[in-house]
Amino acid sequence: MKKVFSRPRSLKNTPFHYCAGCGHSITHRLICDAVDQLGIRGITIGVPPAGCAVLAYNYFDVDMLEAPHGRGCAVATGIKRTLPDRVVFSYQGDGDLAAIGTAETFHAANRGENITVIFINNAVYGMTGGQMAPTTLLGMMSTTSPPGRSATLDGHPIRMSEVLARLEGTAYIERCAVNSPQNILRAGRAIRKAFRYQMDGAGFTMIEVLSQCPTNWKMTAAESCKWVDEVMAQAFPIGVIKDIRKGEKHAD
Amino acid sequence: MAKARIVIDRELCKECHLCILACKKALIVATAEFNSRGYHPVASGDGDECTGCTLCAVTCPEAAIEVYRG
Repeated sequence: MKKVFSRPRSLKNTPFHYCAGCGHSITHRLICDAVDQLGIRGITIGVPPAGCAVLAYNYFDVDMLEAPHGRGCAVATGIKRTLPDRVVFSYQGDGDLAAIGTAETFHAANRGENITVIFINNAVYGMTGGQMAPTTLLGMMSTTSPPGRSATLDGHPIRMSEVLARLEGTAYIERCAVNSPQNILRAGRAIRKAFRYQMDGAGFTMIEVLSQCPTNWKMTAAESCKWVDEVMAQAFPIGVIKDIRKGEKHAD
Repeated sequence: MAKARIVIDRELCKECHLCILACKKALIVATAEFNSRGYHPVASGDGDECTGCTLCAVTCPEAAIEVYRG
């Protein structure tokens, strides 16, 4: 029999440290798949964040350069400007990208830096134990908002993709999810497309991934996947938010 | 003769059971065995009906499933 599905070659044969059912490991695999399919393993440089994915360099078989908390876009900008022929991606969570690194992210997008950002949105600070993040939904319980997030006290969840889509430097922004096979396949296509845009020099590309966090949401993996569809996707609608090449034909 | 089969790396499995939900034919089952990391890995049941659709492997967060077809 012919092998039709296996681990991507760019994904090291190391067991993930993530919790059972976590969306991080699915997204890691999708990025490695995209790198393999585009044949860019030797020229890809990744920038892992502070957060659950801080050890991402243990899993990707490409060059990685760890960024200080929130500074993924700034580090990726530096790498891309020094080595413009490389494919540079920054991998960041919601606390990293939308709280501590808002300024770096916003200005890198505004400058239209030719980098790709993979933005994992799980609505909490995962690594530190489930505190409220800028993306926590209204009414959602977290360890620092036990009665649920209140708009008066804590403000509204930030929709980073929509915010950045208004800037002229951004080329392609899509929000995906990794909670079902269909959504995972779609997220994989989006990541490939973002890398291809970057290789064509289109500008700043970002893929927001709604990622389940069973541990901090206090759910089973199956319940958390359902929750992404039923609750989270209502506040963060899935789909293409900006595409400057909309209507053009692509290879896939 | 089976059309397709899957191979599950039982040492990588963390029993999140997302593959069980993904399989349209309910061919993947939970087991009571332990792997060396203390999880109960899933196993593929009688596989004659497996079509090699790869949905279980696409879903598996641990990339622990390989699919063979043909």
